[in-house]
Amino acid sequence: MTAGVAGLSVVDLREVALGLGDDCLVLSHRLAEWTTHAPELEEEMALANLALDLLGQARSLLTLAGEADGRDEDQLAYWRDDRDFRNLLLLEQPNGDFAVTMTRQVLFSTFQELLYRGMAAGTEPRLAAIAAKGVMEARYHVEHARLWVQRLGRGTEESHRRMGQALDLLWPYTQELFKPTESWSRAADQGAVPPLSSIEEPWRHSIESLMVDSGLEIPGFPAWQSGGRLGRHSEHLGHLLAEMQHLHRSHPNASW
Amino acid sequence: MPPTNSDESRDLAFQEAIDADRTVEPRDWMPERYRSTMVRQIAQHAHSEIIGMQPEGNWITRAPSLRRKAILLAKVQDEAGHGLYLYAAAETLGVGRGELTELLITGRQKYSSIFNYPTLTWADVGAIGWLVDGAAITNQLALTKTSYGPYARAMVRICREESFHQRQGFELLAELSRGTRAQHEMAQDAVNRWWWPALMMFGPPDSESPNTAQSMAWKIKRVSNDDLRQRFVDMTVPQSRALGLDLPDSQLRWNEARGHYDFGPIDWEEFRQVVGGHGACNAQRIAVRRAADEGGAWVREAARAWEVRQQSRTSAA
Repeated sequence: MTAGVAGLSVVDLREVALGLGDDCLVLSHRLAEWTTHAPELEEEMALANLALDLLGQARSLLTLAGEADGRDEDQLAYWRDDRDFRNLLLLEQPNGDFAVTMTRQVLFSTFQELLYRGMAAGTEPRLAAIAAKGVMEARYHVEHARLWVQRLGRGTEESHRRMGQALDLLWPYTQELFKPTESWSRAADQGAVPPLSSIEEPWRHSIESLMVDSGLEIPGFPAWQSGGRLGRHSEHLGHLLAEMQHLHRSHPNASW
Repeated sequence: MPPTNSDESRDLAFQEAIDADRTVEPRDWMPERYRSTMVRQIAQHAHSEIIGMQPEGNWITRAPSLRRKAILLAKVQDEAGHGLYLYAAAETLGVGRGELTELLITGRQKYSSIFNYPTLTWADVGAIGWLVDGAAITNQLALTKTSYGPYARAMVRICREESFHQRQGFELLAELSRGTRAQHEMAQDAVNRWWWPALMMFGPPDSESPNTAQSMAWKIKRVSNDDLRQRFVDMTVPQSRALGLDLPDSQLRWNEARGHYDFGPIDWEEFRQVVGGHGACNAQRIAVRRAADEGGAWVREAARAWEVRQQSRTSAA
């Protein structure tokens, strides 16, 4: 196994970058699905901003992931099937209503900001550079989503009810955020990425205080869903990819 | 009420100011018909930006490369921004966004008919950028000198972004045109479908355009429909050659004596049908806009309730 920069193996670097890149790509796709359906025009712009930021991060991460075996961002995005995708299950869940979308966003962006903060200070320079830029974006995503969770949690009876349902729906997917793959653990040992156990506590604290502020309760049931990082996805991802990849795959030798 | 002397003198003073090329600003007195014409035109333009997001938005999730996806997403986002900006310009005339949206989704105000055509392939995204944005810029460049200040200023900013979009559309088609045979055919097919509707974007011929005379006198409109259409054709024909794509008009040729391209007759019956609500996507476009508005009502309501609570908390503190 070839050693990469900072003692991180090429395979581990690829796996780490692929997981994070797929997170961004899949969530960006979901957010882009809101186009022309947002509850107000300001939100139309904001959701597109989020989607664009994540797409930019996905492109950097996939480019890095493909370097070792000479695959570019499009080959990785368009020519892998769902069993080869490494994103978190949370992110492929359908948009649902605006409460579901904002709940998903706050759960993920809070995690992503903490993760990028650690990675920006890490020993792998290319991961660190991507994270340093991404952390500013993630900060904005967190703020945007937190504000909406509060507004909806404490807005009207209906918005409060919908937020409760959204939290119940998505909570089962939250434990997966903190389950490291073997590659992740080795990368953390090398100091390239933060150990996931180190960001779980700050994440939990941030989400719990938000829910208290928003008059919402975190579900009491266990969050046991996982498998995305290993390529075991929900039924939703296949449909998402069928839509995303269809045109590109219909013209195998074309450039766009 | 019969017009009094003071009404007449105000009308005269207004026209004199227009003739002296002074812009009309929100606080200036203006004839009621000027105001209502301006509201209608700005609203129609704002609605066009918002409805125009749909045909292109149709391809975001299927964009064939991540680079193109980013470009398209940013473009559609720009259109939402233009819509917001234009609704704000309409607000300077005392009409709110909610009210105008209601007029749109109940079919009492229109938007550009071009968006009632479907985007069938990826190449349509390029054809819209090149032809539809190209036609829009031709229109809007003339409007940067329109007499109502907030609208004219909005046009300056919007034109800058639209020119960027037009170049992106041209570049997208250029890539297809020199790509595989299937890509080239896709590009040609899109141009075949969008060319004539793009020409219709300038509106009916001058001889049949009822609003033109007054609008010209008030300098709301600075150039006539037919003159704008000719400008667009003259600009676009050389570009089509650079693209290696044909324009679907056998009568298109340079006229040395006129110094312009001649082009074939436009099917105004198609134009009337689509404007009249019978295009391929009229019902669909409005249904999507209505669903977004109605589906988002609980979110906006929650935000308002939260805002009120925050304010009362601040004032109580």
